[in-house]
Parts: sequence; C-alpha cells; structure tokens
Amino acid sequence: MNQTAMTTYLDFEAPIKELNEQIEKLRQSSEKTGVDMSKAIRDLEKAVRDKTREIYSSLDPWQRVQVSRHPERPYTLHYINTLTGGVWQELHGDRNVKDDKAMVGGFGVMNGRTVMFIGQQKGINTKMRQYRNFGMANPEGYRKALRLMKLAEKFNKPVVTFIDTPGAFPGLEAEERGQGEAIARNLFEMMKLRVPVICIIIGEGASGGALGIGIGDKVLMLENTWYSVISPESCSSILWRSWDQKITAANALKLTAEDMHRNKLVDGIIREPHGGAHAAPDEAAELVRKEILKHLDKLGAIEPEERIRQRIRKFCSMGVVVE
Amino acid sequence: MSWFKRIKQGVTTKSKEKKEIPEGLWYKCPECKNVMTSDEHAANYWVCSKCEFHDRIGSAEYFSLLFDEGSEEVAAGLTSGDPLTFVDTKAYTDRIRNTISKTGLEDAIRVGYGRMEGIPVVIACMDFAFIGGSMGSVVGEKFARGADKAIKENCAFICISKSGGARMMEAGFSLMQMAKTSAKLTQLADHQLPYISILTDPTTGGVTASFAMLGDLNIAEPKALIGFAGPRVVKETIGKDLPEGFQSAEFVLEKGFLDYIVNRKEMKKTVAQSLRMFLPEEHPEVREGEQS
Repeated sequence: MNQTAMTTYLDFEAPIKELNEQIEKLRQSSEKTGVDMSKAIRDLEKAVRDKTREIYSSLDPWQRVQVSRHPERPYTLHYINTLTGGVWQELHGDRNVKDDKAMVGGFGVMNGRTVMFIGQQKGINTKMRQYRNFGMANPEGYRKALRLMKLAEKFNKPVVTFIDTPGAFPGLEAEERGQGEAIARNLFEMMKLRVPVICIIIGEGASGGALGIGIGDKVLMLENTWYSVISPESCSSILWRSWDQKITAANALKLTAEDMHRNKLVDGIIREPHGGAHAAPDEAAELVRKEILKHLDKLGAIEPEERIRQRIRKFCSMGVVVE
Repeated sequence: MSWFKRIKQGVTTKSKEKKEIPEGLWYKCPECKNVMTSDEHAANYWVCSKCEFHDRIGSAEYFSLLFDEGSEEVAAGLTSGDPLTFVDTKAYTDRIRNTISKTGLEDAIRVGYGRMEGIPVVIACMDFAFIGGSMGSVVGEKFARGADKAIKENCAFICISKSGGARMMEAGFSLMQMAKTSAKLTQLADHQLPYISILTDPTTGGVTASFAMLGDLNIAEPKALIGFAGPRVVKETIGKDLPEGFQSAEFVLEKGFLDYIVNRKEMKKTVAQSLRMFLPEEHPEVREGEQS
C-alpha cells in the first residue's frame, strides 16, 4: 500500500503523517521478516483515526483555508460524476467567444431527476491545472454558466452550482471581454431564474468570481471551505502591506462556513467526512447528495414567483447598518 | 534616442523650474500642469480648461451640477456597523469615525431625489474620499433605498459610481452587497423604470461587477479608469506592461461595454436627453427641457 507516499499532508497534519509513516515501516518490516504485526498496525490505525478527528474538530480559519485548497480535494467534476453515476453530458461554450475550461456544466440525472450542474473546475495535476486555468474563469466562463442556467430554466430543471475558485481571472483579455459585466449580468439574471437554484461552496469561494455563480435559493458551504470578498493573502497584502499577516487576515475576515452561517450570509453547512472531503471523496459526494435532494424537495414545493421573491428578499436583507 | 525620452504626459517642467502653489486658491491640472484659479476650475465643472482632464469630485459636486435646484436626501443618517469587529492596522470603527470627521460624509454614497431638466430622478452618487469609495453594507443599503424611492416616485434611477470595489473590513457582508444591489435592480426593471449607470474615475472591483455594469445605459466620463481587476493586478498576472489606455473609458467603450462617453460639462444635458427618450410619450411636462 503506497497511500502514504501519495498523500499530501498539510503542515498541521504532521502528527498524522508521522503515525502513517510508522504504520508503513511496520508493514514493510512485517513483510520482510514475516513477523505478524497486525495488532500493532491496527492500534496505530486507530491512533491515526483519533488524531485526525482531534485535529479536524478544531481547525482554525487559516487551516480550513489550507484544507479548502488541498490538492487531493474533490472538485466539481468529481461531484457531478458521483452524483449522476456518470449519467450526464458536458455542454460546452458560451456561443460567443470560446469554451472556458475553468467552468464546466451540463445536464445530469441524479436520483431519477434531471439537474443542470455548473461549477468551476480546478485541475488535478500540473498539466490540468494550467488547462483549467487554476479554476479562474474568464468572462466566457460566466457567460457559459448563464447560458446553461437559461437552458435549465427553459426546460424547467433545477440548477446546482459548485463553487471552487481563487477568483475570476484578472487577465488582460478577461478585462477586454468584460469580466465585470459578465459577473454582474449573472447576479442580475440568477436573481430571476424561475427554477430552484442551489449553490454549494466545495472549496474556495473567492469574491465576485465565486458570487458570479453564487446566487441561489439555498447557498451552502462544505465544512472546510471559505467564502469571502478577498483571499487572506491578498487581504494581508493590501491592509497590512505584507504577505505575512495571512493568518491574522483569515481570522479577521470571518470566512469559514461557521462564521458565514452565523452572519446569515449562507443558508447552511454541509459536514465533511472525518479528515476532510479529500480523505473520503465519495463519502463527501454522498453527504452533498443528501443535502441537494432535501433542498430540491422543499424548493420544488414553492411557486416560482414566490421562490424568486424569497431569494431577492434574502439577499436584500444582508448587511449591517447603524440608523 | 527615443527609448529614454519621456513619452508619457505629465512631467513637462524641469524640477528646478517647479513652483510651489498655495493650496486652495489655484488649481494645477495634474495632467497638463495648466494653472487656473480654483473658482474657474469649479465653474468649469472641475474639468481642466486646457486638456479636459476630469478631476475627481464627490457627491456634493455631482448633485450641484445635475439637480435643477436642491434635492431631498434619501436614506440619510445611515452609518456603518462593525459586524465582524474587524481590526487591521486600525480598528474598523476608528477608521469609520475618523473618516466621517475628516470628510463630513456618512459613508461612500449619498442618494438624492430631485429634478434634472424637470425630470424627476433619484441619483445615487459615490464618494471616493470615503475609504476609496468602497462598498460596504451602507452603500448597499442606501443604493437599495434609492431604488425603492425611484419605485415609489415612479421615476428614473441614476447611479454615479466611483469606487475601488468592495470594502474588505466588512468581508462577506461587502461581497453580498453586490448581490443585494443587483437584486434591487431586478425590482426596478420589473417596474420598467430606467436605470442609468454613470462610471467615473475610478470604477473597479465589486462595483464594476455589479450595479455599475448593469445600467440600461452605461455611460462614462472621459478617461475614467474602469475595470474589474485593478491595473496593478492585471499587470502582475500577465507579467508585462499594460498597453496605453488599457481600462480607460475609451477602451471600455471600444470593447463594447459602454453606451457612450460624456464630458462632464455636457453630462446633465445628455443624460436628461437620454431619459426623455425612455419616458412615456404622453408626459409633455417632462419633455419641456428639450426646447431649451
């Protein structure tokens, strides 16, 4: 078993790494010497589970940001594939400029119903990360997303979006093609979509790039994700004029699922498997499936006009002012 | 020869010839160094008489140049809370308090209701002097109440944007103001009321990516910086110098995201003319401005 060698450990996971290395050593020497060490290995495996639970039960905001960016974390395509059992068709292009690889989407069948799935997609290795532009969509990505939402609306199918982006791409062509307008248009149009819309932050929810597919009847965050107006690193560089304050910034921004839910800026939190979604991607997808089905049932029972009214009222109620 | 020659506008005087100018009395154009009295400058709509450089002005100035006479302030008396008890190098509450006393403004936007060439309008106008015109809860709420006022008065809604983007000290709350303002615009659209977005220097970030780009007409002042990502960020991303005029109003017009650019001196007349074309034909009283 070479899982140990493949796994990426975050700095705060050092104790887990150590235990796993011990297990690996025992396995190897057991194989070499033929001595049965299964009991010791079982004990260590239990220790790994306990340690993981202990560490993951008290992650601080910066650690959650790190988990949200874990290279083995399941991305949008994993969720779509798992939820539909592969019964889905990817639809490409914004009918205008090109097909944005950082934004994917298409109809799929989940538990017997057709759903329009849309989301930012990060790459799973170095080559794919470039291909996917690190999950940073260009304007055509947002316009593709909107085209697919309108398609779903036309055929009365619900929309589920998966949000996972370090931000909308800040490139030269993105500006030329109206990144601001593309996101703004989505905010406006998503408010009025006549079908149920569920948005789930599955990794990073950075600013307008996330919000651009984030207007929904239910906006949910996975436990180890973040959602805010800026990344902790950029916040640190702007407000503290240094990259060293990212941990302080992560705390100050109140960007975790718990904080965002407490401030009523998202509607719910989806628990992750022990050790984070990357530890058990399929289990994570099943937890997500349960939530989607639950909310689709409830939202489906509401008349479209009323659903839109509630959606608009919810976003209009956000903000704290002193009168 | 020319590669070390200064090709950009701006510095035309040798430093030993530089003259100190007393504050307040005189205005020196930062673009062409033309000098005029502050009164002349104000009388010229804070536009340089020589090179047409549009100096940044605030809501008071815009209200004075757009409303026929006085206006009723909408949603006055709103100030920022501190929902996240945010502290960076300074506590957010201190920053707000200092900025209020320094600028005399409540936050980065003001909303007025009045008439423009006789046409009833609600105008929301951002103030860059207030923490870079950043959008927090107050900006969102005042914008929302401005839209409500327009719906109540059955009139047009104009928003003059001038902002660095979302206000970081309100983090998630700021982000959601993009959603909130866009939501209000759907309601305005349901009532078939015109929404005119005027983008002035600078309009970037979350403001560009929400209400500033959602006008029935998107209008800009000449040479205004308009973009989603700021030029510094774009430059870092591409690792090259940006082309001349990148993200200027003229550039954004050329790329297809603005209806027209208007000199501030012509703004009132031009926007009023646009509005009259939106209005129902059977209201001759609001068309009277056409004659003048």
